[in-house]
Amino acid sequence: MSELLKVPTMAEFMAQGKQPEVLFWVGCAGSFDDRAKKITKAFVKLLNKSNVEFAVLGTEESCTGDPAKRAGNEFLFQMQAVTNIEVMNAYEVKKIVTACPHCFNTIKNEYPELGGKYEVMHHTQFLKTLLDEGRLTIEGGQFKGKRITFHDPCYLGRANNVYEAPRDLIRKLEAELIEMKNCRRNGLCCGAGGAQMFKEPEKGNKDVNVERTEQALDVKPQIIAAGCPFCNTMMTDGVKAKEKESDVAVMDIAELIANAQDL
Amino acid sequence: MNYIPNILFAIALIAGIGYFAKNVKKLIRNIKLGHDVDVSDNKSQRWKNMAMIALGQSKMVRRPIAGFLHVIVYVGFVIINIEVLEIIIDGLFGTHRVFSSIGSLYGVLIGSFEILAALVFISVVIFWLRRNVIKLQRFWKAEMTSWPKNDGNFILYFEMVLMTLFLVMNATDISFQEMNSGNIISQYIAPIFSGLSEGTIHIIERAAWWMHILGVLVFLNYLYFSKHLHILLAFPNTYYGKTRPKGQFDNLEAVTKEVKMMMDPNVDPFAAPPEGAENAVPAKFGASDVQDLSWVSLLNAYTCTECGRCTSECPANQTGKKLSPRKIMMDTRDRLEEVGKNIDANKGEFKPDGKQLLDDYITREELWACTSCNACVEACPVSIDPLSIILDMRRYLVMEQSAAPTELNNMMTNIENNGAPWPYNQMDRLNWKNE
Ligand code: SF4
Ligand code: SF4
Repeated sequence: MSELLKVPTMAEFMAQGKQPEVLFWVGCAGSFDDRAKKITKAFVKLLNKSNVEFAVLGTEESCTGDPAKRAGNEFLFQMQAVTNIEVMNAYEVKKIVTACPHCFNTIKNEYPELGGKYEVMHHTQFLKTLLDEGRLTIEGGQFKGKRITFHDPCYLGRANNVYEAPRDLIRKLEAELIEMKNCRRNGLCCGAGGAQMFKEPEKGNKDVNVERTEQALDVKPQIIAAGCPFCNTMMTDGVKAKEKESDVAVMDIAELIANAQDL
Repeated sequence: MNYIPNILFAIALIAGIGYFAKNVKKLIRNIKLGHDVDVSDNKSQRWKNMAMIALGQSKMVRRPIAGFLHVIVYVGFVIINIEVLEIIIDGLFGTHRVFSSIGSLYGVLIGSFEILAALVFISVVIFWLRRNVIKLQRFWKAEMTSWPKNDGNFILYFEMVLMTLFLVMNATDISFQEMNSGNIISQYIAPIFSGLSEGTIHIIERAAWWMHILGVLVFLNYLYFSKHLHILLAFPNTYYGKTRPKGQFDNLEAVTKEVKMMMDPNVDPFAAPPEGAENAVPAKFGASDVQDLSWVSLLNAYTCTECGRCTSECPANQTGKKLSPRKIMMDTRDRLEEVGKNIDANKGEFKPDGKQLLDDYITREELWACTSCNACVEACPVSIDPLSIILDMRRYLVMEQSAAPTELNNMMTNIENNGAPWPYNQMDRLNWKNE
């Protein structure tokens, strides 16, 4: 990596008596998972490029509790939630952006009742706003004319009715956006949600991610675009299972935009 | 004047409606076995949902063929029931076609009923073919054997017979045919009977008339035992259906209280709980039986049409897992009925029967296969939420029984110890920045 990423923390802002424009909630995958860390960095590059004053919680961030809640452990979820809310309220956080639809859904919908009321955006929505405000320009670059299909993350799409922001961004790349048989509100899950990411699937005749990858491969894309670190992993594994990794790449929207401008 | 038919009719009517009312009371009692939830929010959205989804069938038509046919049957059934009103008045007061005095409008009315009856008949035949000849996959899943399979067909036979009787009744009504207004369809059926004597035709007309109204009453009472209950419950169910974002799961209030107490440094954990506090804490977290579910979930279960749209969209089911959201709803209803019968048999008290919804109906394997993707919720044409039952039951497994799969226990231990589902140190959370 050539240039250094600027990643200030909330604590640093506080020390200077300042408030950032937005808190970037990195999430567990974005912090620790090797593949997802690349997405995190791509997004930070875009934030830096657009001169967005953002901050992260860094070591003060903790799991939102989403996988615990979906697994049925409401205690653990609420412990996590209350702890995170205390931290964020102490920093007087108003606005949050995250690249993980699970964090997005949990903080946006389930935290308010527990005392955490923030404006929460998915990174595709945030990038779309930057674009609309003229703070970010998107060029097609290497993706001009490429066949790209978008896999709707359940927790972004059906769960929160966000379907267009990621698609608008892909179109801006002057790419050919192609839709799978199941898309938008009919999108098929990648198989990771509801804490499935952390366990072996039950007995069946196929893995969900393979089924979804087959749907994607049916439309012959060069790139499968994702908007969730877990979907990304599942689809990447699916492409590998179908031995298509030399023909089809799985990339996050933030990576597409950052790569298009050689960031 | 001979009053026997009027009296017989009144008895049939009272018996039919009375037995139905008795079952409705039971139905409401059973639904109320569920725990309370606050549904007083978003009133205007709720009315809108009911108008769009139940009355307007907006979700049915997402599958155009089934949706279109269903709209015909639905509209037909609702409108033809105006005719039932006339039949009831005629039956009670010994009149004949009492509404015909309204003049030419009557012809228009009956004419449209006849057209609808014919369309309903055709649609129902197509429905039957889809189920039994084309064998659409979703009607042949594991849970669709025995009663559920027969139930689906019985309803179709019922409708075919009722529509036929309605048309035959009109075709054999000599004075109605002579009026020659409104007999759009029945005039083509009338010639079948033309060789018969007037007396015989009259007997056929009476028989069709009686069988039609008795059939309607039997059908009314059949509802309670059938998936056809949805024709009534779709309305309240779409009203009480989820209005929050689909991804938002409820935060258990009882847990919130305990968590707040644990986090509050001013609370003395060893202090005696205030009077009555033990009643405030629920007997258990999550659900192992129907009484632990919310009453909306129980209403959901009675409303389920067993159409299988949910199951056909379910990623787990599509990939051969045991989970079927339709089965979750059917199991819940079956168990609820069993609990209801238990209460009836034990003078209004439920006597533990050594059974429960968990394991005896819904297995753990099914529950753990769910990805919480909400595809089932999105697909359901009557706003049923199978996912909330799945989650409530997972809560029981985890919080009451610590019976999560090992890998999930590891994931949760990691979150507890180091704030991430994987065994990384929280202090390393920002390391990516310099990598
Ligand atoms: S939420 Fe669960 S039950 Fe419903 S469709 Fe998704 S995996 Fe199936
Ligand atoms: S839950 Fe809804 S979609 Fe599923 S079978 Fe019942 S009515 Fe059909």
